[in-house]
Amino acid sequence: MLAFILRRILQSSAVLLAVGLVAFSLFRYVGDPVNAMVGQDTTMEERDALREKLGLNDPAPVQFFHFIANAARGNFGLSYRTSEPVGRLILERVPATLELSFCAAVFVLFVGVPMGVYTGLYPRHWSSRLLQAVSLIGISLPTFLIGILLILVFAVTLHWLPSFGRGDTVKVGWWVTNFLTVSGLKALILPAITLGLFQLTLIMRLVRSEMLEVMRTEYIKFARARGLTNRAINFGHALKNTLVPVITVAGLQLGSLIAFAVVTETVFAWPGVGQLFIQSVQFSDIPVMAAYLLLIGLFFVLVNLIVDLLYFAVDPRLRSQGGGARVGGH
Amino acid sequence: MHFSLRHSVALAALACAGFGFISSADAKTFKWANSGDVSSMDPYARQETFLLTFNSNIYDPLIRRDKDLKLEPALATKWGQTDPTTWFFDIRPGVKFHDGTPLTADDVVFSLNRANGPGSNMGSNFVSVKEIKKVGDLRVEVTTKYPDPLLADKWAALGMMSKAWAEKNNALNSADMTKNEENFATRNAMGTGPFMLKERRAGEKTILVANPNWWDKPVHNLTEVIFTPVANPATRVAALKAGDIDMTYEVPPADTESLKRDANIKVLEGPETRVVFLGFDQERPELLESNVKGKNPFKDKKVREAIHRSIDVDAIKRTVMRGQSFPTNLMVAPGINGYMKDLDKRPALLKPEEAKKMLADAGYPNGFETGMDCPNDRYVNDEKICQAVVAMLAKIGIKVNLRAQTRNLYFAKILRKADLSPGDTSFYMLGWSPAQTYDVHNVFEALIQTPNKTTKKGQFNAGGYSNPALDKLADAMEQETDKAKRDAMIKEATKLYVDDFAYVPLHQQAVVWAARKNVDLVQPADNSFPLRFVTVK
Repeated sequence: MLAFILRRILQSSAVLLAVGLVAFSLFRYVGDPVNAMVGQDTTMEERDALREKLGLNDPAPVQFFHFIANAARGNFGLSYRTSEPVGRLILERVPATLELSFCAAVFVLFVGVPMGVYTGLYPRHWSSRLLQAVSLIGISLPTFLIGILLILVFAVTLHWLPSFGRGDTVKVGWWVTNFLTVSGLKALILPAITLGLFQLTLIMRLVRSEMLEVMRTEYIKFARARGLTNRAINFGHALKNTLVPVITVAGLQLGSLIAFAVVTETVFAWPGVGQLFIQSVQFSDIPVMAAYLLLIGLFFVLVNLIVDLLYFAVDPRLRSQGGGARVGGH
Repeated sequence: MHFSLRHSVALAALACAGFGFISSADAKTFKWANSGDVSSMDPYARQETFLLTFNSNIYDPLIRRDKDLKLEPALATKWGQTDPTTWFFDIRPGVKFHDGTPLTADDVVFSLNRANGPGSNMGSNFVSVKEIKKVGDLRVEVTTKYPDPLLADKWAALGMMSKAWAEKNNALNSADMTKNEENFATRNAMGTGPFMLKERRAGEKTILVANPNWWDKPVHNLTEVIFTPVANPATRVAALKAGDIDMTYEVPPADTESLKRDANIKVLEGPETRVVFLGFDQERPELLESNVKGKNPFKDKKVREAIHRSIDVDAIKRTVMRGQSFPTNLMVAPGINGYMKDLDKRPALLKPEEAKKMLADAGYPNGFETGMDCPNDRYVNDEKICQAVVAMLAKIGIKVNLRAQTRNLYFAKILRKADLSPGDTSFYMLGWSPAQTYDVHNVFEALIQTPNKTTKKGQFNAGGYSNPALDKLADAMEQETDKAKRDAMIKEATKLYVDDFAYVPLHQQAVVWAARKNVDLVQPADNSFPLRFVTVK
């Protein structure tokens, strides 16, 4: 188990390094930040001097090496756009993104899984068919359109919810949270739904097809023969056996909830890391982009690690084998 | 996960009970949004209209601009020249910084030196300056290397910062991007302005409160101002309609009509001081991207004239700009000193056959092919304007291959290089406003004079237009203090570039703002937004 975790951490660092190198070789295609950093009347000579000082004239591998050397010491540099330390800039935005992704994940799991179970148990019922049809919206409409539609209905027309932003927030230590004010919680609803809708559809359909599969198996028939209640059969036996693939997908999707928050955050002016990233791309703010990409890489790596560990908890067969070597192979 | 949800709901319920927010009836909170955040609280961090004007709500300048962009006294009650190379500024007595300390000549000298110091982006305002010194508690004297009649105009954007505060917080200079050090003044502020910085959360929101001890009598009736950057234009429009914000700027042209129909909203439109224009490579013996070899068609005035007079700016206004542009034939806009109204007439449009004949006379009976560069996220509808130009020139036999790209790539390509060699372009679009001086000389110096490494003129003359007679006039007007003589020079120089068809000026884009009906505000032509004029009913 420990060996497994260690091996995964080693692999992960290699992945992160690769992400960083690819990122730096792409940065020259996002353009030159210097023209945006200086005033209109700055001479070309001064612009080039700044470029030279910032190391922008160096080849990509050299820039990458400088970045990694500084990052290893916990120094990500200053943002070209705001001249604030990148580490803090990102850290300040992380709570907003994590809270949004968390709420979206809760929405996905607590709505998607029951919907999947229901449509799996009663596949022919008209309400199942309706749910199936409606859930297609989540997959077929682009996120920004769903977001704008929700804003138009619930903010502009009905005035129930705010159209953008985080509302009032409360600081708990360095963490700025939405969960402690009414307006903060209200502000979470629309973006969380927008962000989760695609994943909701995915999870619902996955659970549904797994349930259909499991309900046909012998041990469910035996369970019925033993006279167990429907509740015990459906949730205790059937649902539990569908969980391994659901956890895999849900885990990967949590990573993409954080990564895809970019679009949702832009639509709702949600001050998270995704929005920061978009602002940085527009400005060619290389230090922020590099740190963001590494952070997202780190998230994915961590989520995958946790998913692997969860298998142990859910699937008793893996525990009895004792080893973890086979687990990493999904 | 289930536990934490229940947990947080319980906490939230607690919070509802505990944190009741009370708002008093006469507190006027003004909420507004823009597409991007102000990048720093440091007034010298960047020479950029949005940063300068946002921070001028906190930092008063010595001299400020009124609603019509005319200079008026702010922290300086009097200023002027005692001789051609000496300026004086008399500091307003009794002014206090937001922390209660008095403003003195020391603060002014410190601020000016800081603006001219390392890390600051304002250095180009100090090119002529030799020395800045205190000559009394409330008087500052500035000596210049040569007569500089525009010094006061240049400094109208510079905010004054507390010296004691900067010393205490180790913010003696602006943040230096090349050193990895944080600067206190990036997030905090200490000026004398009508508003005080209450909270700064970069990229999220910035909260200002009214300064009760401001030296001037406030026109505004605000107690609090909340600024939020909202990048997505559709969200900004929705937020305004929902009443979540009171005002927004940079309204997308496509949404203007629907906002005008909303009874709760008013739309303000005015011309911006920036002129958007097209330029030609008139420098290289052969164009970079053309089928004409051995010569450069854009060096020929006839060719430039045929193109100029085939571009229908009124059609661009009608279709691409949806009425939101102000066509022009000059490189400066009304409101800028040196704008010559009687010269601002576009020559008559040519019929395609007339233009073709003109091209044939110049030696291009079958037209020719050229590349064109255009930004797609810098000016209003920039790419669409270029597409319209491509279509208009196709009618006269010029095949234009358009390359539109994002500003960070675009400017790196078309601007002149560090050694002032020409930019990599044949035909390009640029916008310019003399935002420092509000004077035409800046346009001559930056865009129209011959590029010269030694004198540093013509930095942004990407195509290398050159007219020695104009160069002389522009140099002379820089130091001419007699207004009548100077105006005559400006007129003559303007005629020269117009008759040469040096550039194709297109239009000033409209500044479009939208606000709730109960908000009164002033919209200056330089696209600045002074909060001191805002009232909420």
